[in-house]
Amino acid sequence: MTGLAVRRDRARTWLRIVGTLIRKEFRQVSRDRVMLVQIFAIPLIQLLILANAATFEIRDSRMFVVDESRSAASRDLTRRFEASQYFSLAGVSAHARPADESLLAGDVSLILHLPDDFGRRLARGEPTSVQIVVSAEDGAAAGIVAGYARTIVGAYAATVTASTPSGVPIDIRTRGWYNEALDYQQHMVPGILVVLVTIIGTLLTAMNIVREKEIGTLEQLNATPLTRSEFIAGKLLPFWILALLELGFGLVAARLAFDLPIRGSLLLLFAAGGIYLVVALGIGLWISTLAETQQQAMFITYFFLMINLFMSGLFTPIASMPAWGRAFAELIPLKHFIEISRAVLIKGAGVDTLAVPLVALVVMAFVVFAVAVRQYSKTAS
Amino acid sequence: MSTPDRDRSLRRVLGVLGGFIRKETRHILRDRQTLAVLLALPLVEVLLFGFVIRTDVENVRIGFVVPTPDEATAALVTRFRGSDLFSPIGTWTSTDPLPALFERGELDQAIVLEPDFAADLGRGRAHLLIVTDASDPNTGSAMSTYAQQVIRGYEREAAPAPPLIDSRIRIRFDPTLESRNLFVPGLIALVLTIVSALMTSIAITREKERGTMEVLLVSPLRPWQIIVGKVAPYLLLAFINALTALGAAWLVFGVPFRGSLVLLLFESLLYIFVSLALGVFVSTRAQSQRAAMLGAVAGLLMPSTLLSGMIFPIHSMPAWLRPITNIVPATWFIEIARGVMLKGVGLAHLWQETLILILMAAVLTVASVRNFDTRLSG
Repeated sequence: MTGLAVRRDRARTWLRIVGTLIRKEFRQVSRDRVMLVQIFAIPLIQLLILANAATFEIRDSRMFVVDESRSAASRDLTRRFEASQYFSLAGVSAHARPADESLLAGDVSLILHLPDDFGRRLARGEPTSVQIVVSAEDGAAAGIVAGYARTIVGAYAATVTASTPSGVPIDIRTRGWYNEALDYQQHMVPGILVVLVTIIGTLLTAMNIVREKEIGTLEQLNATPLTRSEFIAGKLLPFWILALLELGFGLVAARLAFDLPIRGSLLLLFAAGGIYLVVALGIGLWISTLAETQQQAMFITYFFLMINLFMSGLFTPIASMPAWGRAFAELIPLKHFIEISRAVLIKGAGVDTLAVPLVALVVMAFVVFAVAVRQYSKTAS
Repeated sequence: MSTPDRDRSLRRVLGVLGGFIRKETRHILRDRQTLAVLLALPLVEVLLFGFVIRTDVENVRIGFVVPTPDEATAALVTRFRGSDLFSPIGTWTSTDPLPALFERGELDQAIVLEPDFAADLGRGRAHLLIVTDASDPNTGSAMSTYAQQVIRGYEREAAPAPPLIDSRIRIRFDPTLESRNLFVPGLIALVLTIVSALMTSIAITREKERGTMEVLLVSPLRPWQIIVGKVAPYLLLAFINALTALGAAWLVFGVPFRGSLVLLLFESLLYIFVSLALGVFVSTRAQSQRAAMLGAVAGLLMPSTLLSGMIFPIHSMPAWLRPITNIVPATWFIEIARGVMLKGVGLAHLWQETLILILMAAVLTVASVRNFDTRLSG
């Protein structure tokens, strides 16, 4: 009875102290107008702009035609390329030189080379060949561009042979599940939003304690009867609330601007977000207690963020990584949360299919919080 | 003023400046921990990301739905098994198990054949459906293209009339299409941005925050000398980073160096200079280290990754966005680095990009010195 009362009393004191710390941080943030703008405007603007950039979609790929044949057939084929939504014609010439020049200069990404007997052989119904030269500069897009070009040539060949019965014996239909229209924004927006929230949250916490160190106010805090866990919780919670708010704003913006579907449960998304942010911000705090100067803290944070960004599977698929890279990616908190947000928002997945990443995040949250509390020792060295 | 007088005053200015640079360098050298981090981390990241950032699609887990199995369908499955891009995981007689397999992420693609596929093929009218997990549209469309190529190959074998027009595809500059060769120049740009822009911006705002900037301002040093002194050591540091990163690109990744190394080093130096100027500019605007860092990291990390063409090709972006990519310095450096390394082109092709970087450096420097001066008088 008395034991319970004591425990309840202790919990109340803990909450009161942490609450005071949270109010103090909030007052500090709201007083700094520049920072408020940075915290809320930078992510929103970047989300709206960058979500349009993250696409491998092929449209209006500039191409050059080397037409040695100068025949009706070669002009027909050229017109077919021009009419397709994938290509725009940058020039036609009878010689290879100008085409090579513009490929070197990066003005075009594809050359269609039609040999001088192209028209003659087609007219006689004899097989001929064309050369498609693709610049590898576009990386992943290069293979797809080459594929489209081959398809257009094939479709043209089919019209030439339309009289003969052997057209194309197999009729291929394709279906892309979960994202029928191959909409890149659907895929990228949840990921970019989560990254932006992570960047702001981690930066704010990483700079926080080390700043108090540099200014000298940490000594004052150390002289108070605050316990370690109260201190870390008081530092973590304000930014945790800010980051969750930001996640909410971002979702509203994404819904309005990009028509982002929300197929699964928002409650699940925010619960997972809450756990994830304990991990991300906890790592920020840990860096903050580790670093001696804000410069050091920033440098380490930047590289932590870069590792998260590139190992999370946001831009490039994790399946393309070497085996050790895939194993390493499992340790990246952002990877799990992006997986969860994509699955909840786009596939409408529930707790049952997301158990693995959720458990991974919970384990990480406990470990990170414990490490951050341990690392922060009140006895300054 | 007579010439010897001018000489003497010039020598004095240089002497003061030299002393300041020495002091700043000693500052950095004394902090061994930070120095080690500054030199090692960029190299580690280039090495790490060089291995993991790939868009190559491999090991596509594919399944087949074959309602009426026979020799013709077996030959089709064998074709997929023979390709090193696909790893077949099963064959079913109906589509029922597919949704669950896709949902759990155990299957990337499925080839669905109609009943009596072989008979229809003989009549020249067979149908099949390729179902692909397109939740990642890029991988999705790549997988779909590859599967179609395999099927077209099978078709050619089944109906051995040669195609009327044979398309021969040649990939220039990087026949292996190894995505690493494209990303490594971009990674170098990113790493140089951090070391240059962020370190200088925070180094200068630190002086402001601590109040030591006032001390510097009343010293005989001119404002531009303070900036040069602050920036010079980082120029050297970033250049060492560029050298180690390029070395790693060559030795570890075997990224080709087809063009002039001297040109590439000059362009790296130029790009470092632009980043430093950007860092100085941020620091003249920011009042605290925290503001400088939020501005620099939050403002630079994602745009330099997404708008520079490092991963996503710029001409895939919508038309209104393309002009914005021109503001990002990394865009130009990546174009230059890829040109020199992969295409082996020289200044004849790259003078425009180089000129733009020079212009950016000039504008940023002038703007920072202006800002700095007004603060001084204000």
